[in-house]
Amino acid sequence: MAESAVPGLEVRLSQAGPIALQVEMDCASGEVLALVGPSGSGKSTVLRCIAGVIRARSGRIAVGGQAWFDSGAGVSLAPRHRSAGFVFQNYALFPHMSAQANVEVAMGHVARGDRTARARALLDRVNLKGLESRRPAELSGGQQQRVAVARALARDPRVLLLDEPFSAVDRSTRQILYRELAILRRDLAMPVVLVTHDLDEAAMLADRMCILHRGRTLQAAAPHDLMLRPASSLVARLVDVKNVFRGKVLAHDEAAGTTLIEGLGQRLEALFDGRFAEGTEVQWAIPGSHVILHRRDRPSRGERENPVRGVIADFLPLGENASVVIRVDGPGEHLRVTFPLHVARRNGLEAGAEVVVSLLRDGIHLMPD
Amino acid sequence: MDWAALILSIELAAWTMAVLLPVGIALGRLLAWRRFAWKPLVEGLLALPLVLPPTVLGFYLLVSLGAASPVGQWYQSAFGRPLVFSFEGLLVASVVFNLPFAIQPMQRAFESIPRDVRDAAACCGLAPWQALVRIELPLAWPGILSGMVMTFAHTLGEFGVVLMVGGSIPGETRTIAIAIYDSVQSFDNAAAGAMSAVLLGLSLVAMALVYATSARRTRGRG
Repeated sequence: MAESAVPGLEVRLSQAGPIALQVEMDCASGEVLALVGPSGSGKSTVLRCIAGVIRARSGRIAVGGQAWFDSGAGVSLAPRHRSAGFVFQNYALFPHMSAQANVEVAMGHVARGDRTARARALLDRVNLKGLESRRPAELSGGQQQRVAVARALARDPRVLLLDEPFSAVDRSTRQILYRELAILRRDLAMPVVLVTHDLDEAAMLADRMCILHRGRTLQAAAPHDLMLRPASSLVARLVDVKNVFRGKVLAHDEAAGTTLIEGLGQRLEALFDGRFAEGTEVQWAIPGSHVILHRRDRPSRGERENPVRGVIADFLPLGENASVVIRVDGPGEHLRVTFPLHVARRNGLEAGAEVVVSLLRDGIHLMPD
Repeated sequence: MDWAALILSIELAAWTMAVLLPVGIALGRLLAWRRFAWKPLVEGLLALPLVLPPTVLGFYLLVSLGAASPVGQWYQSAFGRPLVFSFEGLLVASVVFNLPFAIQPMQRAFESIPRDVRDAAACCGLAPWQALVRIELPLAWPGILSGMVMTFAHTLGEFGVVLMVGGSIPGETRTIAIAIYDSVQSFDNAAAGAMSAVLLGLSLVAMALVYATSARRTRGRG
């Protein structure tokens, strides 16, 4: 969807302070872009800049090719002229108004006689039929979030901005709201920017993720690609890739599609990556999903691929899974892997046990040092 | 019982409220939401009437509004009579010494409106005046009401500043507080007692109203 022909949202922002920003991101119409980063990375600031409630020092924000903000051309539309639907983290509903009035208040562009019916239809669409006359204090967290979504859509916005919309509700409500948003977005034709610090949430709901760190956008890609192919060790750390190591490119074999590297004190085969010359120091990462445990009872697939021996330094059952830290023989570096608990038990994994794992070639990803 | 003094006091309180309502909303809103370099100084200046002895405040007002002052001279030339020892002079003084009583509750009320709620109003397409009328004032009204009631009660009860700036001219500057003092001075304890009881009753009703609105506000948030 990223390649959609309809011009969506383009954001270029830069400023040194008060909150440093160096932002470059695009979101196509109909696309959900998750803006992901740790607390304080500037996610909400970027969203507020798009809505126009704060103004960056310089840059350009355009929707459908029309500039909402262009410091070079001296353009900066007031928020009320930007047509952005905004769902705030704590919803920011108007406490003195009913759910219905909260939605109607955003319908200044709709003929007065049509507002009631349209607000009812919107509340119906977010499953709040029958609760129209309730005030926010009389609604649950999940219901308040739905009112906030309905209010944001009431403007017929050209961009929908969601600022951590699931952070203020409990887990079970969150699961329901995820589902509702996933259904709702099928019918939304505008760019949708979802701010979150929850990687799972981003991976579940977004078409693409954009990583923000200290006000700087680092990389944007589909969630799976981002986890598998982070552009730098910093991105790898931010998307919670736990196994990042130093290494060195030894040789390339383009015909075989492999690049041979030195890592964890041994030679490892990685996918061919011609960006790095032989002899270059690199960082490399492997997601836990690409670390295969060698079974004791019978050989499994990939056993010949990059076998690595080690001793279990830490074994921690966490619900249905076991978090395992393997101290690799030789250099003493640590591989962090999660196995299903029953697999771990069947293979006799425990602290101090010796293990052999394979690092699947396809999962080894090289990054600049 | 000096009914003229009571009516004058109520008129003065009403006019003071009329002036301080828009001023309090504008200044309270500004102080609640804007940050600027001299803000602590401005807030301190506005709070001075709370701590200064009324005679000190009255003295400065007398000097700055008197016939020798630029304000006093301008008033004299424009209206043909002095500003001090007149109802208008008393009103100016009353507005000044009531500034903190009007502004502070309003400022607190505007401060209690979350930033996100104000931003949401803008994001809903409301123009600033629409946001003021439809969102901000309805949310801040308990504080605005408190400010107005405090102003009313405080104007009725003020003595020192009124005496310094207005003197005790019957029908012009003699408020009920001054009338009580004059009655006691002339050993008319019955009149002083009656007027004190009226003032006590009015003040009690006003304060009860302030607490009732603040309790309502607290419940509304919970």
